Amino acid sequence: MNHAQSDWTVDFLKQLNTTGCEVEQIDIASTALWQIESNHWQQFAELALQQDLRWVAGWAEHIQDRFFINACFEKQGVYVLLRTIVNAAKLDLPSQATVYPAASRSERHTQDMFGINFIGHPDNRRWTRHKAWPKHSYPLHKDFPVQGTPEPITLPDMDYPFIKAHGAGVYEIPVGPVHAGIIEPGHFRFQAVGELILNLEERLGYVHKGIEKIAEGRTPESLARLAGRVSGDATIGHCWAACMAMEQAAGIEIPPRAALIRGILAERERVANHLGDMGAICNDVAFMFAQMQFTRLRELWLRTNAKVFNHRLLMDRIIPGGVVCDLSDSSCALIKQDIVQLRKELSDILPAVDLNSSLEDRLYTAGYLPPETAAAFGTLGYVGRASGQDKDVRRDAPYPPYDQVIFKVPVETQGDVASRFWMRYKEIKVALKLIEQFIAHLASGDILAEWQTPPTGSESLGMVEGWRGEIVTYIRFGADNKIARFYPRDPSILNWPALERLVLDNIVPDFPVCNKSLNGSYSGNDL
Amino acid sequence: MLRLFKKILTTGIVTESFKTPKDDELEQLGIEIKRHLDKEFSGSIAIREVDAGSCNACELEIHALNNPFYDIERFGIHFVASPRHADVLLVTGPVSRHMQTALLRTYEATPNPKWVVAVGDCAACGGEFGVSYASCGAVSNVIPVDVAIPGCPPTPLALMKGLLGLMKG
Ligand code: SF4
Repeated sequence: MNHAQSDWTVDFLKQLNTTGCEVEQIDIASTALWQIESNHWQQFAELALQQDLRWVAGWAEHIQDRFFINACFEKQGVYVLLRTIVNAAKLDLPSQATVYPAASRSERHTQDMFGINFIGHPDNRRWTRHKAWPKHSYPLHKDFPVQGTPEPITLPDMDYPFIKAHGAGVYEIPVGPVHAGIIEPGHFRFQAVGELILNLEERLGYVHKGIEKIAEGRTPESLARLAGRVSGDATIGHCWAACMAMEQAAGIEIPPRAALIRGILAERERVANHLGDMGAICNDVAFMFAQMQFTRLRELWLRTNAKVFNHRLLMDRIIPGGVVCDLSDSSCALIKQDIVQLRKELSDILPAVDLNSSLEDRLYTAGYLPPETAAAFGTLGYVGRASGQDKDVRRDAPYPPYDQVIFKVPVETQGDVASRFWMRYKEIKVALKLIEQFIAHLASGDILAEWQTPPTGSESLGMVEGWRGEIVTYIRFGADNKIARFYPRDPSILNWPALERLVLDNIVPDFPVCNKSLNGSYSGNDL
Repeated sequence: MLRLFKKILTTGIVTESFKTPKDDELEQLGIEIKRHLDKEFSGSIAIREVDAGSCNACELEIHALNNPFYDIERFGIHFVASPRHADVLLVTGPVSRHMQTALLRTYEATPNPKWVVAVGDCAACGGEFGVSYASCGAVSNVIPVDVAIPGCPPTPLALMKGLLGLMKG
């Protein structure tokens, strides 16, 4: 991680000072921590936007009778953790969402979970809270019991104030939470005229499982297991980010061999998910050939996972301090052979897909996300990169083993479903090369570092490029090796709002393919 | 178009068949499922999958049942879009409290006779999430469950076995 202060932080600190926004710099593992007075909270965001800082994440923490409110910003691969402290007696804070639309839902989550009142927030309706707990109680307050006081049956959230549309011929289509396919639950409210989508409003939070609350008091191993289930398709990404944060807090360096194996795991996860998505995108426009081919390739890929790593989806392969499974020479040979085979298959299938005019007709120009919108919402991963957002943690803030290899990050500005489809293919190609490089770098050695109990109160941020994009995870340890705070920021939290924009003026029947091309995680969003 | 047909032809049929002795467990399972289906359900069952709070990994493996290797439809097991068309509910996840009513309503909308299969450790016993202010835990805490298929997530083969358990029950 980048401990050295890059140029922009020095200049920015000066600028903050001259505008009267005093910054206290605190040393924590891995990231710069800047603490400011709460009345400067919004002003900081305004200055940050002027300097082109990207809003990354926001979360809070309850410590005795005070609340730590955190926001994370990034520029040129350097992350800054911003903090202010508000007193329990007055939980007011000027909103940053007025400056950064990306912060909007995150602040609503903090409002629901902590009771922080973000003054001036453009949309302070509840977000994560439905009916599982009452309005004036806040699950992430330390005195809120894990079990809560739920009713025998939690009522549906019937009175959520959705945006209404009026006018001749305008009608509403409510969809979900239970969807027609085998997918996660969430609610979509469309306003349409004829087939055209005028407005889409997402209502998520259905799979809120209290992850942040049940993380408290866990041991590092147990937290890693939970992190691996924040969003099951990104189990490696989340588990790695959480372990990275815990390891930094504990001052542990993982062995080089463990880092390389983590890299192989992460790239294998990326390939598996992209293969699945490419098939599913084609399936949503009824092109079964591609769906069958891609699901076949995905299955072969997962079978190799099972053979080599003992788990098809790679759960619990990463643990604090390293990894659980070593790679034998024969496993490496199998992985390499698989890559050769996959490349050959893809070079057969992709031209057939590319030349298909009906596919072209459905995917090109559909679900266009302009680069400016993507920038405003901080859109991440392949969705962002298909809309000109040239961001990748692996390259911008390289962590082992990515600091040992050279690779390309594909970026496009076409921004439509087709672009998000082809972006996945490009990323698969990069991932395959990375796996080969990691295998070539493997030298014999340990795969697990000895754990040591981190000092009470130590905190850290872990950042990795998951298959959906940047994952940022905050960890604070309490006494006796126990977790005091865990906040995983899945890329979906920033990508979901982009869906509301990119479907506008598309036809309702194209919604599934637009949605699939983004493929946000509901579970990672709802926590 | 020619490329497409060429790929289809050269790929051939990957569906794992009885004659391939290597992975024959799959086929035995499938055949047994089919026998039970024939007896109890006149040859086929319709499944409605409900994610009641899962991490989505269980869904990924349920999806795999439809890939060309398993092709579960050939045994008369198919997934439907509405609970009203379903014989079986395949429920994943601990039941989040925010999904409790939706699950209850889906259950009520499913015509009798109906069976409920709880898929994955979360659905079977609460898994990593357990019972909390936000989670009801196991599916059986909310609706009656006929069969639980453990695993985190269960593999496609385990899912096939579990469905077989349902037929035998
Ligand atoms: S059983 Fe495992 S894979 Fe399935 S929902 Fe629970 S945590 Fe996810």
